[in-house]
Amino acid sequence: MTDETEARTDILRMRGITKTFPGVKALQNVTVDVRRGEVHAICGENGAGKSTLMKVLSGVYPFGTYDGDIVFENEVVEFRDIRDSEAKGIVIIHQELALSPYLSIAENIFLNNELKGPFGLIDWNKTNHEAAKLLARVGLRENPTTKITELGVGKQQLVEIAKALSKRVKLLILDEPTAALNDDDSDHLLNLIQHLKEQGITSIIISHKLNEIKKVSDSVTIIRDGKTIETIAKTEVTEERIIKDMVGRDLEHRYPDHTPHIGEEVLRVEDWTAHHPQDPSRVMVDAVNLTVRRGEIVGIAGLMGAGRTEFAMSLFGRSYGSKISGRVYIDGKEVKTRTVSEAIDAGLAYATEDRKTYGLNLIDDIKRNISMAALDKLASLGLVDDGREFAVANEYRKSMNIKAPSVLARTGKLSGGNQQKVVLSKWIYADPEVLILDEPTRGIDVGAKYEIYSIINKLAAAGKGIIVISSELPELLGICDRIYALSEGRITGEVPIAEASPESLLKLMTMEKPR
Amino acid sequence: MSDLETKPSDSTAAGAQVNPVENRFTERLSHILSDLGRNGIFIALIAVVVLFSILTNGILLRPQNISNLIVQNGYILVLAIGMVMVIIAGHIDLSVGSVAAFVGAISGVFAVQWGLPWWLSIILSLLVGALVGVWQGFWIAFVGIPAFIVTLAGMLIFRGLALVVLGNANIGSFPAEYRALGNGFLTNVFGEFPIDPLTIGIAAIAAVALIVQQFRTRRARQSYGQEVEPFVWFLIKLALVVVAIALFALALATYKGIPVTLIVLAVLVLIYGVVMNRSTFGRHIYAIGGNLHAAELSGIKTRNVTFWLFVNMGVLAALAGLIFTARLNLAGPKAGDGFELEAISAAFIGGAAVQGGVGTIGGAIIGGLIIGVLNNGMSIMGIGIEWQQAVKGLVLLLAVAFDVYNKRRSGGR
Repeated sequence: MTDETEARTDILRMRGITKTFPGVKALQNVTVDVRRGEVHAICGENGAGKSTLMKVLSGVYPFGTYDGDIVFENEVVEFRDIRDSEAKGIVIIHQELALSPYLSIAENIFLNNELKGPFGLIDWNKTNHEAAKLLARVGLRENPTTKITELGVGKQQLVEIAKALSKRVKLLILDEPTAALNDDDSDHLLNLIQHLKEQGITSIIISHKLNEIKKVSDSVTIIRDGKTIETIAKTEVTEERIIKDMVGRDLEHRYPDHTPHIGEEVLRVEDWTAHHPQDPSRVMVDAVNLTVRRGEIVGIAGLMGAGRTEFAMSLFGRSYGSKISGRVYIDGKEVKTRTVSEAIDAGLAYATEDRKTYGLNLIDDIKRNISMAALDKLASLGLVDDGREFAVANEYRKSMNIKAPSVLARTGKLSGGNQQKVVLSKWIYADPEVLILDEPTRGIDVGAKYEIYSIINKLAAAGKGIIVISSELPELLGICDRIYALSEGRITGEVPIAEASPESLLKLMTMEKPR
Repeated sequence: MSDLETKPSDSTAAGAQVNPVENRFTERLSHILSDLGRNGIFIALIAVVVLFSILTNGILLRPQNISNLIVQNGYILVLAIGMVMVIIAGHIDLSVGSVAAFVGAISGVFAVQWGLPWWLSIILSLLVGALVGVWQGFWIAFVGIPAFIVTLAGMLIFRGLALVVLGNANIGSFPAEYRALGNGFLTNVFGEFPIDPLTIGIAAIAAVALIVQQFRTRRARQSYGQEVEPFVWFLIKLALVVVAIALFALALATYKGIPVTLIVLAVLVLIYGVVMNRSTFGRHIYAIGGNLHAAELSGIKTRNVTFWLFVNMGVLAALAGLIFTARLNLAGPKAGDGFELEAISAAFIGGAAVQGGVGTIGGAIIGGLIIGVLNNGMSIMGIGIEWQQAVKGLVLLLAVAFDVYNKRRSGGR
């Protein structure tokens, strides 16, 4: 296998990479070979291990924290940190761009790599001149002294690439580079990647967008559940094959039995539209129509950036977005949801995907977190009944099986699963008609996941309407009665569970706007 | 608050093998130790009092000086109550000293220049404080300008307005009833005695009320199955507090009786203690300071809460201004200079967290008392104002450093 010719054409070989986190095998024996001068796509579902693999490659997870070999330019490399990998010419551009907003383009390009003149002072003329040359290479017509804040995301992405070029990059890694871009910017970026290839720069591109992958890449490696499935050459790439590789896992019995008792319609959303909060010209949620009936668990499937959370948060008291329009009906009556408290009064609840930032007061105890959304129920004349609050919280601790010494324990010290149970307790105590659960099992171990699913089933059995947003298709297929697919802010399909399959859903989830 | 969750861990695992008596003993001991850690601020106050009693050869503990501790620092304690609430919500208020000066000047116009009745002057002055709070609260809560900036501006604005109102002169000779707010005493109500019976009576009532309340809270907790501290430890703590009240009352009773300022303070501590512990408004303040996003997404009207918080601060700053003016019997341009820094220090020494979400009224009061003891003790010793400043700064730094160290050790976030 390792004959002379192949050794010369491969710029990178990752051999048998295994990376474990406490309790989880994130990567198992992953092998990827990237040929010099190609564009290599890495493809997989959310949580498949793509980002972990790239962090191993770029030294974010230093040598010694993983097993296996990285061979770069025929030499085994042992990176201690990201600076080591950059010194060898491997540059990673993350999805969240790492630019300093109030510095100029040139300053950002040469940040920590400043061009110095005599006495160690920065040579600004040279800096701006070199920056201008780099900007020309990436096709960005901007003055190098322009501040980053004045640029759109697409142009910022190009500045990142210019910065990579300034480091004499040999292998450029782009993590979901077009996720935040509009169509023109995406096209420009993809063309630039092709153009860089002609200049001899190898790229690894991580992407969900199958069209893009087909258009730009020379070979595709599919990763699923932390394992390499296969690497496909350009000539053999088809969307069907990629999708099959991405989802082809057996559904074990990881979900409790659920017999739906579906009643009247409880929630109807019509024409729900929301724009980006900072850039009102970008439509994030596009005329969404959706219904939920009592006792029904409805899934929303969408890839990262499809507008799932944006939809839920804009619905829940306009917590996200600008220029929001549309109508919401609860039990057939139109309700107002202009503020969170109006939304709660109307009968909505939203359990966030990001417990620590948006869900919990981590420095306070379980008791006070559970009562936070419905404190008025425990109060008379504005005074809270402490004892009853304690009793209520204790009931939830027992019924939800929250593992903590007492309800006076700080939520910041609980495990992810137990934190999630506190968040769910909070919303169940608020007694809504419809619960929107955004990634209810993210970052939770398998046992706790089963418990969360059981709680969701019980809520449905009690006649609540449930919306589950998840990036894990097996989860949606395992617990939902009906699934909506969301792509680029639009509902691209509605599938009853009997007709749903991972392949059909992925097809809907990757359906792009007609152009 | 931080070490609640560590305590039960040892009892279950070890309980099977270990002699049960010994086990109960260690459990009690660990409870007492964690309790001491939590009440570190109390211990700090006692340490400071003991230290200065020794340094001043006991002069600090003379009845007159104990009475002065309240009278001379009352306005700082009033400000500390409002300030700790603002800090818990994650804000700051730099304007309180200037607001106190401004309202003091205005009250001079009301009570002296216009000759309004003393009670009307006080009510109107408090209303002016509320309006100041409305002004600042509007910018902070509804426009979204950081409190640091708004109140920094307020510091300049209201200092300037105080000078405008005073017109380059002092206003003095307030009515006697007004002056009582700052230096009046409830004394000789039942005739003249070497030890004032009213003071002792009120202290006795307060002590009995405290004991009853403590027992009721304990029983209520037990009835809900909540864990309570060992009974002996509970009794010891209660006895210590009662003794402290008795000694304090005795000191006041042998001097001039109960200062009016103390009555005002006691009422404020009671009211605001209930507000912060038991009311939904108080809970919302803690929730906002702990995690603003989570509070918002739980339906808490965060802007309204912030707005009313600053209105409240305005009223308390006005009250502090009245007490200070009454004590000096003079509304002057230098009034309230540096009050904001002492109030902020009191809140932080009392355990409030810079990031918000943490702090108590009681802690702020004790923090204010520590500053008061430092002030009085060093003055008695004849230490100059320059060294007093330096020492107080150092104490603030050490107190917060200790707090940060404690949190890091207990694995805060």
